[in-house]
Amino acid sequence: MSKIVIIGNGIAGVTAARHIRKSSNDSITIVSSETEHFFSRTALMYIFMGHMKFENTKPYEDWFWKKNKIDLVYDHVNAVETQNNTLICRSGKKITFDTLILATGSQPNKFGWPGQDLQCVQGLYSYQDLQLMEQNSKGIKKAVIVGGGLIGIEMAEMLLSRNIEVTFLVREKEFWSNVLPMQEAKLISDHVRSHHVDLRLETELLNIQDNGEGKVKGIVTSKNESIECQLVGLTVGVSPSISFLKDSGIKINRGVLVNELMQTNIANVYAIGDCVERTYELSGRRNIEQVWYTGRMMGEVVAQTICGSPTKYEPGPWFNSAKFLDIEYQTYGNVSPQLKANESEFYWEHSGKKKAMHFIWDTSSQVFIGINSFGIRLRHEKFDAWLRAKQSISYVLEHLAEANFDPEFFRRHEPEIIQAFEKQFPHLLSLSLK
Amino acid sequence: MQVARIIGLNIFLAALFLFLSLLFFSDYTLTKEIFQSKVKQEHQQRLLPVFEKIFDKTYPNTFVFANEIKNTVEDLNVEARNQQQWDQVIYDDYAGTLTKASTQGIIVEYTLLLFILIFGGGTLGALLFILPKISIEAPGIKNNNIFHHALNNRGWIGILLGTLLISFYILLYFYDAYVTNWIILVEPLKKLINPNGDSSQWFLYGFLYTFAVIVMGIRMLIKYRHSNYQMVRTASVMFFQLAIAFLLPEILVRLNQPYFDFKNMWPLDYDFFDAWHINMLTESGGSVGLFMFVWGITLFVVGVPVFVYFFGKRWYCSWVCGCGGLAETAGDPFRQLSDKSLKAWKVERWMVHAVLIFAIVMTGAVLYNFITGTNSIFGIDTYTHLRKPYGFFVGAIFSGVVGTGFYPLMGNRVWCRFGCPLAAYLGFVQRFKSRFRITTNGGQCISCGNCSTYCEMGIDVRWYAQRGQNIVRSSCVGCGVCSSVCPRGVLNLEVKEEEGRFGKPILIGNNGIKLQD
Repeated sequence: MSKIVIIGNGIAGVTAARHIRKSSNDSITIVSSETEHFFSRTALMYIFMGHMKFENTKPYEDWFWKKNKIDLVYDHVNAVETQNNTLICRSGKKITFDTLILATGSQPNKFGWPGQDLQCVQGLYSYQDLQLMEQNSKGIKKAVIVGGGLIGIEMAEMLLSRNIEVTFLVREKEFWSNVLPMQEAKLISDHVRSHHVDLRLETELLNIQDNGEGKVKGIVTSKNESIECQLVGLTVGVSPSISFLKDSGIKINRGVLVNELMQTNIANVYAIGDCVERTYELSGRRNIEQVWYTGRMMGEVVAQTICGSPTKYEPGPWFNSAKFLDIEYQTYGNVSPQLKANESEFYWEHSGKKKAMHFIWDTSSQVFIGINSFGIRLRHEKFDAWLRAKQSISYVLEHLAEANFDPEFFRRHEPEIIQAFEKQFPHLLSLSLK
Repeated sequence: MQVARIIGLNIFLAALFLFLSLLFFSDYTLTKEIFQSKVKQEHQQRLLPVFEKIFDKTYPNTFVFANEIKNTVEDLNVEARNQQQWDQVIYDDYAGTLTKASTQGIIVEYTLLLFILIFGGGTLGALLFILPKISIEAPGIKNNNIFHHALNNRGWIGILLGTLLISFYILLYFYDAYVTNWIILVEPLKKLINPNGDSSQWFLYGFLYTFAVIVMGIRMLIKYRHSNYQMVRTASVMFFQLAIAFLLPEILVRLNQPYFDFKNMWPLDYDFFDAWHINMLTESGGSVGLFMFVWGITLFVVGVPVFVYFFGKRWYCSWVCGCGGLAETAGDPFRQLSDKSLKAWKVERWMVHAVLIFAIVMTGAVLYNFITGTNSIFGIDTYTHLRKPYGFFVGAIFSGVVGTGFYPLMGNRVWCRFGCPLAAYLGFVQRFKSRFRITTNGGQCISCGNCSTYCEMGIDVRWYAQRGQNIVRSSCVGCGVCSSVCPRGVLNLEVKEEEGRFGKPILIGNNGIKLQD
């Protein structure tokens, strides 16, 4: 019986453990210093907002681990000794392994701003960050969030739920316009403002000011404006959490470097999830993907490999989803912030300004490339199949209604969307639709 | 706007306080005239000597007075039983009728004014509290601070409310004489609908129930105004409660037809096959009564399988049913309190099916007695050992005291989940022969847990969603809230061809990896 040790009990590590257990009797140990049991990191905001209790965020009840013979160790790994297959823990405990899986996740970025280590300056990634935010936000009136991404908007929503005024510094021209095309970025910016967030576009953080007691008093922006606040949220992305691997002999760059089998340079050490940097290219995907489902998929893949059927990480067409305050967002395929050469686009926006769709296709072949959808739910299964089959843009529009995943009685917009498309691209639609 | 809400809350609480304190408002004096008009001729001679001594004596509260009446009658009954004079035992509820007739004071003098103050004020206060939400909050899921609130998270307000509700049900079911003032309070409305009728504890209950469904239904309509599914569904339960459950039966009685709730059905309506009920419909009910009898049977024999096949159990449980109607409106603030553990699911399956079997056995025995004209089956007295315990434990304690009283403690579907025999029957059909299921959306689930948290039936929806498996569960009432609260657009209530309903999980993951069971 081989001993498999996993560092990190997030979605990647836990998925690996569960899938290994399904096809092997090996000993499985998960080490984590974050929480005793697996919880859903994506639900941190809902705990703060009172939508859920911490208990509700655990996908498996506490008896699950023992029943499936997955040992949990609540400790922090300080170092990995690959030459003698041993982990050194904070408590002094040593854990040996035959196979090691690194699933250590990420940590919030800090870019060396003056004052970034003051009290009440924080990111939001871990359970500890949540506890810190609970402390830091007690009794305060104003907060500044730096960085217009997904965690930034979550943090804004969290603070709003406690009636804390939020000023939101965004470096880009519109909210998340480094990822979203300008039309959608504008739509979301407007929506963010409608929730009484003081959105400052094309504005960066210059420094954070001390109140004399080591706490935040306010900040100064790149436009030299001073903003008084008692909490600063730094949400300018996350980076792999790998500093403890420096002297381990495991090759790292920005993340732990892995091949297609999620294997590091050390044969019995694998890495999965947020902490990974792929050494090979996958079309339409970045080499570090800090997304819930990629962690899950890597966990599935590495379990197969370790259990004797080597499987490559091939996640298929890109997809993702998020929720910006009240507007749900889903994306399938690739929609770049700027239209690429030989790409065509069609953008539809509902008059209520809460729903929109953005289609991208290849101009010459008319092959559908990607879609952004706001306020309308779409069926993943359909779009995954269409992207893999390289269907044309006209095919996608003709079958758009089949991909609608909104609940019953919701207004359907497909006729309106198709009409608008026909007006703009009369030559593209097939006869059956006209 | 916040000011309006605070004023509204205070008006509502004042109305509630007035309503509660009403129980202690009156004096009670039994007179000879009341005695002669309310006591049955055959009892007058025996009761007169014992009641004579309290004629014209004024009692300061209902508890003392009602007890006096009750004990006086009971003393006679004990005597009769001791002498084995069974025909002399009096079963009439004189505590109720005499208390009502002997009530004096402001509740009698200012009934209408008090009615308007309490229910008009209550409505005004509630609406002032609820309506400003439209301008305060943008449409969308707003479950902010639910788990921080003492009402929604079993805090002191929740425990206080639970205690109030439980006490209310115990008084209503077992000590109705004590709530005589409330019964008198709704008399003007009863007379408006039916001038010849008298208000009773059941009319009071029906009215309060409908009041709660309508006011909290408005709250629900506003809370979920971004979701047409929730709006249509809420409007449906409000309509069925107001029109079909509350008004129509009263109107039928006014038209000299049998009292009948067209949307209720066996086995939830457990006295449908009681001899008195069958007789009322078939013998004294005329052609309308006969229609009602046939309707009632058709509904559960044909209606249930056909509708559940096409729409799922939700067509009844979260669109039509009265218990469901209350749970989906007044109970919405408590849906997150349901127990999601595997253990609770195990208990649920044993319990709800046991109640169904109990209902079938009890009804079978009652029907057997009706057909054969007997009182017992296999030597067991049907009333004493089956019908009465069912009415007490299931009809009163489980569905009322626990079912609603425990809303703030165990969630809003305790009865529907653990006790309702009709839900068990509907669930059977839903599980084995239906087109309904909740589908999940590829690989989009992030396991956040909102769906499971807000499932009032305690289904661990996330367990299915995160592995991409259809949710086909007998207990699912199709309220659709899991789909509403999902931040990633993963869940959808769908009616499709039966094939593939139990299909393999279709989690969209890495190429070539299939989920194993």
